[in-house]
Amino acid sequence: MSLKDILDRLFPAGHAVNVANSVITGQAQTAQGPVAVLGTTDAAAIDHAMALALADFILDTVEQHPGRPLVFLVDTCGQALSRSQELLCLNGSLAHLASCVDLARRQGHPSLSLVTANAVSGGFLSFGLMADQAYALADAQVRVMDLRAMARVTKIAHERLVELAATSPIFAPGAESYVRMGGIEAIWPTASAELLEAALLAARQAMPATDQRLGCGLNRGGRQLAAGIAQAVQHAGLGA
Amino acid sequence: METLEFRFDSKPGVRPDHPALCGVVGSGNLEILVKPGDQPGCCQVHIKTSARGFGTTWRAVIGDFAASHPAGGTAIAINDMGATPAVVSLRLAQALAEYQGGAR
Amino acid sequence: MSLSLTNRHSWFEATARARINGLLDAGSFSEILPPAASQPSPHLAQLDLPGAFDDGVVIGYGRLEKKPIFVAAQEGQFMGGAVGEIHGAKIVGLLRRAVEEKPAAVLFLIDSGGVRLHEANAGLIAISEIMRAVLDARAAGVPVIALVGGSCGAFGGMGIVAKLCSAIIISEEGRLALSGPEVIETVAGVEEFDAKDRALVWRVTGGKHRYLMGDCAMLVDDDLAAFRSGATEFLAGWAEPAPSLASLRARQQVLKNRLAAYATYRDGLQVWAALGVAEPESVPLLDRDSLVALKEGLPT
Repeated sequence: MSLKDILDRLFPAGHAVNVANSVITGQAQTAQGPVAVLGTTDAAAIDHAMALALADFILDTVEQHPGRPLVFLVDTCGQALSRSQELLCLNGSLAHLASCVDLARRQGHPSLSLVTANAVSGGFLSFGLMADQAYALADAQVRVMDLRAMARVTKIAHERLVELAATSPIFAPGAESYVRMGGIEAIWPTASAELLEAALLAARQAMPATDQRLGCGLNRGGRQLAAGIAQAVQHAGLGA
Repeated sequence: METLEFRFDSKPGVRPDHPALCGVVGSGNLEILVKPGDQPGCCQVHIKTSARGFGTTWRAVIGDFAASHPAGGTAIAINDMGATPAVVSLRLAQALAEYQGGAR
Repeated sequence: MSLSLTNRHSWFEATARARINGLLDAGSFSEILPPAASQPSPHLAQLDLPGAFDDGVVIGYGRLEKKPIFVAAQEGQFMGGAVGEIHGAKIVGLLRRAVEEKPAAVLFLIDSGGVRLHEANAGLIAISEIMRAVLDARAAGVPVIALVGGSCGAFGGMGIVAKLCSAIIISEEGRLALSGPEVIETVAGVEEFDAKDRALVWRVTGGKHRYLMGDCAMLVDDDLAAFRSGATEFLAGWAEPAPSLASLRARQQVLKNRLAAYATYRDGLQVWAALGVAEPESVPLLDRDSLVALKEGLPT
């Protein structure tokens, strides 16, 4: 599905976005009012320029449109792999982008992200996973690394990883794993205005948004340890 | 990974309140946790090791350790990533010394 | 003050626990969820690995020059300091506790390649939770200071986390970046990044470069006492600012300007020359005090 198709389905009341250098910025109409639309397309390899363009747009939105919801569209193959990008501290620009999403949240802007095609590693961390809630289209590819590369790095047999991936969401690539682990709220069978309106409403009602993903991962069975451990740490007696 | 359990008679030593941890689970390395056990004249050892098939070697190393140190009344847990017998022996002695020294 | 070799206790060589001992006031550290109360990760067991009781991160509280401090110290020697389910949850719990109890600071001893691939999805989500938790602690007025100087540096998602902290204190041995040079070389070729060229790796990702560029607030010697005095000195002069549009706008401008100025550069030498360093080739040879003096003398 092309970006235009996705936008038409999400925002039948109208949308006006600009795409430059794989970065999407613009706005759209929903039944609940205008929303900012931003993100990446074409499996973008996120670099400084893209991160800064997204950050800039978020800051403009916070300044000019108080409370306007942010709808992130995510399609990234991860971070750009380049010496010159690392020289200028790419992790710093991604952190800056994440800080801008967080500021928007603190200033009362609800947010959600939708993985339209690919969401990988650092690219996903910098904005998609910073939104109040993340969603994914049914055929989206969400992962840290594919199993073959993982087998090479961990020196665990590929066959063994494939076998375990069938039952364990802990490392199995795929949006379903992330849903079970609480990282993604739900998978949408298709881009639809109805689903978007419901998600926007949920985001508004959850404000101020706190990070509920630990509890979600526990309830859905994908992360059975994390919530209890974080709780135990928070409540351990002093001197214990 | 292989899990091994051993119990050896051993002279009891000082019985402090606090467990002691020694070492790091890096490649060729291991960590050893020494806690009070429930049998005063016995050293109980529970090992998780990444290398399979070395049961006899572990038995010999632990046996030597139990025979030559006052490790009675301890429960020892080990996470190992392929340490050599020499490193294992050294860490066991260090861990026991730290445990009994009550070092913080 | 330069340290004689006999007085030095290398941060790089030290375990996480030894770093904590050298950093905090003697005897003040209390561990939360100590090894005796913990089980190794079942995810690693399923992959035939024994794991570690503390899952590679030591958390707790203590004092730094009598001030109450929370500490999280990653063990770089265990699975590359990488973040798995338990490891990540310990850090998140500590940061959330810091929001409630408001210690003078959280000291985050980062020594990590990022996500633990053996628990890839759990690690990625955990790092996202850590990112939000760091920002929450800071918004509650608690400084979160990253200390970087171990063999794994601060890479991957932990490189992003480091840059979300209030500040980074780094040693010459420390490295801070996103993708590891080996990964870049594998995918983009040796011409793009020769991961075996150690000098190059440090000119691109190392502590001196990051300090000269302003990505790290402080450069310290590779020594436990130096990190201790650096952290103390930094905190004495720091008040955690509230998150604001103005400060992010300012940061945006700085990042934009330097991208415009340096986008074509591929080596720290070029950046240092552009910053006004008269003899860039000498930078790797300078000791810590000389480099700090050099930086302080540069035009801003």
